[in-house]
Order: sequence, then C-alpha cells, then structure tokens
Amino acid sequence: MTLFPLAAKSLWNRRLTSALVVMSIALSVTLLLGVERLRTQARSSFANTLSGTDLIIGARSSPINLLLYSVFRIGDPTNNVRWASFQAIAAHPQIAWTVPLSLGDSHRGFRVLGTTRDYFQYYRYGRSQRLQWVEGREFVEVFDAVLGAEVAERLGYRLGQSMVIAHGAGEVSFALHDDKPFRVVGILARTGTPVDQTVHVSLAGIEAIHVDWQGGTPIPGQQLSAEQVRQLDLTPKTITAVLVGLKSKTAIFHMQREINEFAAEPLLAILPGLTLQQLWDMLGVAENALLVVSGLVVLVGLTVMLTALLTGLNERRREMAILRAVGARPGQIFTLMLGESLALTLCGAALGVLLLQGGLLWAGPILEGRLGLTIAGWPPSNYEWRLLMAVLGCGLLAGLLPAWRAYSYSLADGMTLRI
Amino acid sequence: MLDIPSFTLAAGERLFLAGPSGSGKSTLLSLIAGISGPLEGQVAVLGTELTTLSGPARDHFRADHLGVIFQMFNLLPYLTVLENVTLPCRFSVDRRSRAIAMAGSVPAEARRLLAHLGLNEPGLEHRAAAELSVGQQQRVAAARALIGRPALILADEPTSALDTDRRRDFIELLLQECASVGAALLFVSHDRALERHFDRVVEWPALPYGLGRET
Repeated sequence: MTLFPLAAKSLWNRRLTSALVVMSIALSVTLLLGVERLRTQARSSFANTLSGTDLIIGARSSPINLLLYSVFRIGDPTNNVRWASFQAIAAHPQIAWTVPLSLGDSHRGFRVLGTTRDYFQYYRYGRSQRLQWVEGREFVEVFDAVLGAEVAERLGYRLGQSMVIAHGAGEVSFALHDDKPFRVVGILARTGTPVDQTVHVSLAGIEAIHVDWQGGTPIPGQQLSAEQVRQLDLTPKTITAVLVGLKSKTAIFHMQREINEFAAEPLLAILPGLTLQQLWDMLGVAENALLVVSGLVVLVGLTVMLTALLTGLNERRREMAILRAVGARPGQIFTLMLGESLALTLCGAALGVLLLQGGLLWAGPILEGRLGLTIAGWPPSNYEWRLLMAVLGCGLLAGLLPAWRAYSYSLADGMTLRI
Repeated sequence: MLDIPSFTLAAGERLFLAGPSGSGKSTLLSLIAGISGPLEGQVAVLGTELTTLSGPARDHFRADHLGVIFQMFNLLPYLTVLENVTLPCRFSVDRRSRAIAMAGSVPAEARRLLAHLGLNEPGLEHRAAAELSVGQQQRVAAARALIGRPALILADEPTSALDTDRRRDFIELLLQECASVGAALLFVSHDRALERHFDRVVEWPALPYGLGRET
C-alpha cells in the first residue's frame, strides 16, 4: 500500500499524457460496450414486439420478409392476401382469433395500419401485455384513426385532430388522400414496439381512400367525396397479412402446413419466434464482426497506453534510481509500473462506462423514436462485466512489458543517475 | 573494471574520498550500497557481508541502514518536500520506527531535520520538490538521507551543483547532522577545498591494494 500513493502522484505528475491514455481507453470501452448493448437490446426489443400470436399469414414470400413487414413495419409487402382466403382461414375450427392487417399507406413518415378492432383485443407484446389507452377509444367510424404513442408525441396530435393519409410508405409523398381526411379518436400508451410508430385505422377506412384509385393514382373524373364513399360496401378486397391465434398450441405445425398448402392462392404461414431466430442467425455474422472490430479498438486503446508508458520510461530512469537508493526493491518498481497500467486501464474502463451512460441518456430518445429501440443504460449485464474484466486483464497484460523494462533498468542502472 | 584491494571506514567516521570524476567512485558507492555486487572479493558494511546476502536482503539492508545523496536531481519532482524526506520510511520499517522514536512521528522528525538544515520557512514542506532551488533541493536530499538514523551516509559529489558559499554551508550542516544522528559519512568529491572538514582523506587512485573490507 506504500506504493499506491506514489503511483497515483507520479501519474498525476504526467496528467496530460495520463488523461489522453485514459480517454483513448475510455472511448474504446464505450464503443465495445455500446455495440454489445445495442446488439442485445435490439434482440430483446425485437423479441418483445409480439407475443401470443401463434402464426402470421401472408402472401408467399420469404418468412423473414413477412415477419419484417407485418410486425416491424420494415420493408414492403410483395403481394396481398385475398379477402376470401382470409375468411376461409378465419372460419377454420382450429383458429381462435384472427387480426387482419393492411399496410401500404403512411402519414408523415409513420406507417398506417388498416385492421379491425380485434387488434386492440388480441395484440400482445412483451410478457403478454395488452395495448393500453392514454385517451380516447377504438375506431368506430370509417375515418377514425388511433395513434401510437410516438406518433402522437412527435406530431403533437390531440383527440379530434384531422389528418391526411399519404399513398405509399415514404416520408414525403406527393400522392395524398387529401379528399378524405381522418380524425384522431384514440391515443395508445407507449409500448416500446413499432405500435408506437403506427397510425391505426379500420380496414374500411383503407378501402374507402382507395375506392376511387387505381394503380397508385386517383382515377380521373371519378373522384368520390367522403360522404359518397360512406354509402358504398367497404369490405376490403385484399389484405396484407393476418395474425392468428390457435385454440390449441399443439395444432401449430399442422395448421402451418395446411396454410402453406392452401389451394386457392399461394400463402405462407410462419411461427414468429422461429422466424425471428432465423433472422438473428442471419445477422449473427455481422453482429460478431462488429464486436470483433470494437474489440480491436480496445486493443488500439491499450497500445496507446503501452506507447505512452514505454516512451515515458526512459525519462523516468532517474526516478527509478532515486527509488532504488531510498530502498525500493526491483520487485516494488515492477509493481509500481504494473499498478500504473492497472490504474490507467481502470480509470479508462470506468470513464468508458460513464460515457456510455451519458451517451445513452442523450441518444436513447432518438433511437427510440427512429428505430423503436428502447436501450436501457444501467446496470451492465453479466456479459458486459466480463468484457470489462477482459479489458482490465488485457491492460494488466500490456502493463507487464513496461513493468519488466523498468525492472531490468532498475537492476542495470543501479544508483547511477542518467541525466 | 575496478580493482579495490582494500578500503575501510570506521563507525561514525567522516571520510573524504577525493578523485577525478569518471574514475569509478560511483561504482564503489554502488558496491557499498549493495546495488551491484563485486565479481570477486567481499563487501562488508556494518559487519554484514553484503556478498552473502540475497538481492532482496541487500535491498532491505540498504533501506534500513544507508542514506544516499546524489550530485543533483535527488528528489521525486511530483512529491512535496515533506513526502520526499519521509520516502525512506515507506520502504524501511526500522527507519520508520527510529524516526518515530526520535520525534514522535515521521513527519515531525522530517520537520526537525528540515529545520536543522535551515529549511524551516513556513509552507515550504508542502511545496513540490521541483520548485526549490538547487541548494534547497540538496538540503532536502540530506534530510532524506538522515531520516531514521541510518548508520552510513553515502554522498556522491553532493555539492558540485552549488556555489562556493552554499557549498561550505551545506557541508557544515551535513557534518553536524551526521554527528547528531551518529552516522558515518563517506563523502565523494573532486573538490579538494572541502577536505579540511573531514576526519580522514583518501586519495582515490592511490588506494592501497589488498582485500576489500569496511566497517
């Protein structure tokens, strides 16, 4: 313990270099932990988005594509499911409930989802949590809209607000359904899932704004007013996907096969959890590459420390000789140098953790808004503690070299002061 | 290669070792301090055969019984004056307890020595060593060498960085303090003007040949 204050004071004496070393280690640790955190939280955030749904049915495409557009609002559907097919499936004796989904429109960058009121009853996220209301109610009228929490917050919409839906999913759209505005009747509580970024309307509403359209543009001379449209039969002709709950879980695979072999049109049924796993398997390579790169950045940080310590060593030979003269053993000189490396790495790692906390505090709301990702900051996970321990271990290992050099200098120089 | 036939120093003796720089006097000091060992022969300090001791034991021995003053740059620049003086007490339990026996506590003994060496201006003990003048630094180094009453002080040209007036003051203070703590002093210098302060003068190149021994 006699050595620790000496090491601390010696480091303080070289505080500019020490601070730079600590900073470089801190930044690399921030990157390493940040990548790890983003990776795991993205996974859990995705896994928490949907629960209680046994099958997702859509037009035949790739399972991952179906999962991404139906649940995560990422990408676009390739094909639609005919309403007749949906009705046939919904009537199947094994099926407990169905929630039809219709996608393809947007409002100022937020996706518009056409669905039925069953959505609010059967959609579950996290640990089987139901959607909660902040204010208002479900949609009843054709032009009623229910907003996700993020939509309401970012756009500052209140109940009764009128909104125009755009054709297509882009942030800026020139094809507006501006002749048939919707009215906000309900706002949902925050869920941390893509539901927060969704505008929910009835299937009839989606049908109504497209009645007088064809191929993505209004049919010239045939525009119908909102009032005229209300009189029409607004049963949709197609939908995008269906969430399905079964009466018995044991029937899942049987049901999946039956839908995949559906005679009337080519359909695809997926198990959400299984498909999510496939997605992770696919992304695993990229994730690991990212983790390896950030690991290498930590090594760069430690190399900076090694360079600083080794460069400083020559100037510090006098310091070593003085310590030897007052009775320090070469072993203590070794410990002193090793202690410095450990102290620098420790400070760097601690600062890195703090920087990450600060960064998440600042970037958290942005990530949540843009990606629907909720990233919790504290506490570090077990794996992150292990990463931190590994960083400290590497710091100690790197410290062996300058410590060894100092040790051999102190043996070779003895009390000779080199000036 | 240095061949020292014989060289002795009595307990409490104040010896002036004169000789030109670069003649290997520092190597002799390293041998006595037990930092380097001789290729052949023996080195005994205070009746202990250094050559028979292990490396760590020699380090312990040095920490307990020897005080060293260098030509210059004696102090760790990042420690305060007081911390520099008390440094040997961090490495030697013996010197620590002797310092406490002298003045009640290690800092008190350090202050006592500093005051005796004329470094008693208020606030000085908390200043960084690097801020002091060379003369002050050498006196701090002397206080450090003397703390905890070591039996032998090795001084390697400690006055060469000082001007003539300060040189004489320094020597007088050092000799006085060595006497008061009862330490022998081996003072190495090429400056013959200083030799009149000492009990005995040894001419470095003219050492009598024979087996090395010291007390």
